[in-house]
Amino acid sequence: MRLEPVADPGWSRTLGLPALALGGTVAIAMALALVAGSNPLAVLGLIVKGAVGSKFALLETLNRATPLIFTGLAVAVAFRAKLWNIGAEAQLYMGALLAVVLGTGLLPLPAALLLPILMLAAIAGGALMLLGPAFLKTRLGVDEVVTTLLLNFVMILFVSMLLEGPLKDPMGMGWPKSERLVAEARLPRIVDGLRLHWGFGLALICALLVWVMQTRTTLGYEIRAVGLNQRAAAFAGIPVTKVVIKTALISGGLAGLAGFSEVAGLKGSLTLDLSPGFGYTGIIVAMLALLNPLGVVVSALFVAGVFVGADSMSRAAAVPTYIADILLATALLLMVLAIMLTRFRVVRG
Amino acid sequence: MEILDILISASFWAAAVRIASPLIFATLGELICERAGVLNLGIEGIMVVGAFAGWMAVYSGADLWVGVGVAMAAGMLFGLLHAILSVPFGLSQHVVGLGITLLATASTYFAYRVALPQVTNPPRIEAFKELPIPVLSDIPIVGQALFAQTPLTYLAFVTAAVVAFVLYRTPLGLAVRAVGENPHSVEAQGLSVTALRMGAVVVGSGLMGVGGAFLTMSAFNSFFFEMVNGRGWICIALVVFGAWKPGKALLGALLFAAFDAMQIRLQQTSLGADIPYQIFLMMPYLLSILALVVMSRRAEVPAALMVPFNRGER
Amino acid sequence: MPTDPGARAVLRLRNITKRFGPLTANDAITFDLHEGEVIALLGENGAGKTTLMNILFGHYTADAGDIEVFGHALPPGNPRAALEAGVGMVHQHFTLADNLSVLDNIILGTEPLWRLGTGRAAARARIEQLSRDFGLAVHPDARAGALSVGERQRVEILKALYRDARILILDEPTAVLTPQETDDLFATLRKAVARGLSIIFISHKMHEVLAISSRVLVLRHGKLVGEAATADTDRHQLAHLMVGSEIVAPEVGGAAPGAVLMRLREVSTTPVGNAVGLRSLSLDLRAGQITGLAGVSGNGQAALADLIAGETVPDSGVFEVAGEGVGAWTPRAALDARIGRIPEDRHRTGTISDFTLSENAVLEAYEKEPFSRRGWFDWTAVDRHTRAIIERYDVRCPGPDARIRLLSGGNMQKLILGRALEAEPKIILAVQPVRGLDIGAVTYVQNRLIEARDAGAAVLLISEDLDEILTLADVIHVISEGRLSPAFARGTKTPAELGVWMAGQGFDGEDSHAA
Repeated sequence: MRLEPVADPGWSRTLGLPALALGGTVAIAMALALVAGSNPLAVLGLIVKGAVGSKFALLETLNRATPLIFTGLAVAVAFRAKLWNIGAEAQLYMGALLAVVLGTGLLPLPAALLLPILMLAAIAGGALMLLGPAFLKTRLGVDEVVTTLLLNFVMILFVSMLLEGPLKDPMGMGWPKSERLVAEARLPRIVDGLRLHWGFGLALICALLVWVMQTRTTLGYEIRAVGLNQRAAAFAGIPVTKVVIKTALISGGLAGLAGFSEVAGLKGSLTLDLSPGFGYTGIIVAMLALLNPLGVVVSALFVAGVFVGADSMSRAAAVPTYIADILLATALLLMVLAIMLTRFRVVRG
Repeated sequence: MEILDILISASFWAAAVRIASPLIFATLGELICERAGVLNLGIEGIMVVGAFAGWMAVYSGADLWVGVGVAMAAGMLFGLLHAILSVPFGLSQHVVGLGITLLATASTYFAYRVALPQVTNPPRIEAFKELPIPVLSDIPIVGQALFAQTPLTYLAFVTAAVVAFVLYRTPLGLAVRAVGENPHSVEAQGLSVTALRMGAVVVGSGLMGVGGAFLTMSAFNSFFFEMVNGRGWICIALVVFGAWKPGKALLGALLFAAFDAMQIRLQQTSLGADIPYQIFLMMPYLLSILALVVMSRRAEVPAALMVPFNRGER
Repeated sequence: MPTDPGARAVLRLRNITKRFGPLTANDAITFDLHEGEVIALLGENGAGKTTLMNILFGHYTADAGDIEVFGHALPPGNPRAALEAGVGMVHQHFTLADNLSVLDNIILGTEPLWRLGTGRAAARARIEQLSRDFGLAVHPDARAGALSVGERQRVEILKALYRDARILILDEPTAVLTPQETDDLFATLRKAVARGLSIIFISHKMHEVLAISSRVLVLRHGKLVGEAATADTDRHQLAHLMVGSEIVAPEVGGAAPGAVLMRLREVSTTPVGNAVGLRSLSLDLRAGQITGLAGVSGNGQAALADLIAGETVPDSGVFEVAGEGVGAWTPRAALDARIGRIPEDRHRTGTISDFTLSENAVLEAYEKEPFSRRGWFDWTAVDRHTRAIIERYDVRCPGPDARIRLLSGGNMQKLILGRALEAEPKIILAVQPVRGLDIGAVTYVQNRLIEARDAGAAVLLISEDLDEILTLADVIHVISEGRLSPAFARGTKTPAELGVWMAGQGFDGEDSHAA
């Protein structure tokens, strides 16, 4: 077989194929439910209900989407430059860590000052975390996939060490857990009485800013040029190394914000289960959004819904919650295949 | 000197070889994929699948060796999926690989929960036992380290030799080396680039599956979540460290495992009392990064690594 | 070479048709190849020659038509079947694995894959025998990556001969050779014919076609438009068949050389990998003059082009632009010094294929006004600029927002040319500016370069096509192994004389030889 470019894909291809991918994903989810001995339609219904079926469910989904928007943006920005940042998990923890270090009483400031400082610290922490791999990539040609992946493991051990040492909450009854953030360091709720914090609003603002950056600024243009064809970009005089470093700073910073938003908005303190893999899930979010920053918001909501819905479903039916991860991994693979097939057709010979 | 004491203890070297064994399988598997031009980031998930599948088969009553076969087959299955997406369809090997890791890991956890819904502590199996080789195992230190291991460890070394032989001494290996360097050279000589690359990915993934199975069937006797714990990523670093050569990769795995065994032992010394244990646990990952940095300038990367091939396109 | 009309047909092509989307690359092509015959397949770029041969060799599957080799139908789309039927192909882009030895490249795929061990000793003996018989000197244990272009081609031919090919297809084999190497190649081909091989020789160079073939087939726009015994035809007739009209050579008026705009004195650069670096090279580029750089590919042209384009810096020597030594030398510095650049590879270096025409049009100037201010793009200004280039340089395209990958090579090159010339460069670096273009685009690009020269620009034309250099250049240098020959004024050297320099002879004080 051979792949031949399709000059004009047409609507049937550009919409039909992704729809087919989504349908295939749902079909696989139903098959898995059947394997687990449950009624597939009932399981699907429970997932949807658990994700958006009530005010509580909806808020839970929005809360879960918040860190995913940040990490999804982090990945989307980096992947545009073909900087394979798989380390959003570590950058998230670094952001959370700095927020906790500075926000548990070290800086006696009012919220209006303290929150921006914590945000900047989280951005700086996340950015620094990716700076090392970015330098190794640009200076020595060390593949950043492996370095960022490995740093995730290092970081979680580092956090564990601090939570059992200097950052340990004396009132934590022996759990590896930090002290709680002071009230001035907490992100307020968007609407009083509703369990949704301003981290969500911040995430939406970031999505908009990244979109503007990518479409309206020279930096966005440089990032796309470097990602699509580094050789041509360098020949045209685009400072490739600088662009990759800037991309790393933005990407790492966004992931760092995810950590800040989680501790300051939701959890109030740092624990080792702050992120159930938000950094990795960010890759799925970004890919499903085709790396479009505004699309990231939509796909983060979808992904969060699947997780929240599956959690709720697994309490009611005998289907493990891991069905959500399978569903999303399948969606990722089928979607990249579908997108490719909108641009190329398979021909014989 | 505590380090010296450790270095002359036979149990240390035996542990190093044991720790190296799963890495040897998986590193060889990754090496085969990359020599053919395909970066297989599915390795981490495929090891998880192998660890579970082999263990589950034995737990369900299969013979240990059948379990190894099942682990291999499970690895090959996910390898086939990777191969289909990354070779004929030429999708980004980064995305496909990470997707396969996510899919394989999630599928494993799902299958575990479906198969053992009520279990809180994972059941144990009768794992591979040490099989000392007569005479050889009596040699001081070396004998214990190399010849008093489980059969799967012996298999790891045999596999390294076989992979090296096939790569450098057979027409098949020649074709694999060529297809990772310039697929057009293979196509022009009447061989199928697609078949060679897919075959390499499938076989390589099978070895990753066996590497995973080593954990549940030889190193331990049970399956835990997170038990692979980044070993797959470390193997990718080991391939680079080994300059894409089986012999060097084997040495790299052993060297790495020796450091790992060392940090485990150092935790129990007076040094371990002063330094948080997490520092020791970080060492393998930091060491892998260091290995990548050290080799970055020297390594001879297969020229067509990560370059998809579309027939007739030049 | 005379054709024996009674010779049997070893190869029959019947109604071969191949479409790529809307384009018909081959349209019902039918011909026979006879035993011991050399057919030249003549046609300009894009006429469908390579596609046809790729179908014959099985890289592509035809949409319609049949192929018969030695009386047996050839299964489509299968290079293995073609090889086994006795068809060997020397590809235009060599197909060697650089990490393997010559020997390994040759035996690759000739043994059953599942065999244990390889029959290297026997293979070596056979390769050495074939080398002697056909005059193809090459060392079996050399690493393919370390070979010169000429040696690589010899290995490609050996690959076919080793498999007992009875039919040999050569796709533009002379494009990369010196005139002398071309003669050697022709000698090898004559030996092959004497042993009963039949040959299809693809070219767009008339004089070579007339020298080697017994019969000429002419392709135009995918159709077989003419066929003639070589003895019965001539340049004019063939040219007319090839392009459908007379080929008009660009009119190059006399040059009025002015001041030296770029001066290199004993400049050396570090070789990168297998590539050749510059060795104490001195060169002047004068205003109002086209300087042609001839040479076999891989002799330092890339190093010189990279240096002038701003991609590398000299290790030693003097490098002056407009009378001043250059400071921090980068692509941007080169652009600021008013150097217009037309890179060798328009697909990979000259453009970003997933960018639109607009985005490509400002690739070298996006950070300057009016295209952007303080980091913010003004897409209206970009659009205006792109439309101007499209109009002034006759770029045929769906519009400024179309992806550039959809354009033909000629139109892509016109955009690159427009991008460079609109910045009113004082120095123009043109590397293989017309390679792969159809005649119309070739003439267009060449005339624009001549106009730029007449307007006072210093043009450096780097090309592996000696004919192109001889036509356009006011002065010619030859580059070999990173060294530069003296300047030869237009018309003072014959192709054969330049060929001697291209082969590395004549450089003073050097143990001059090319491997």
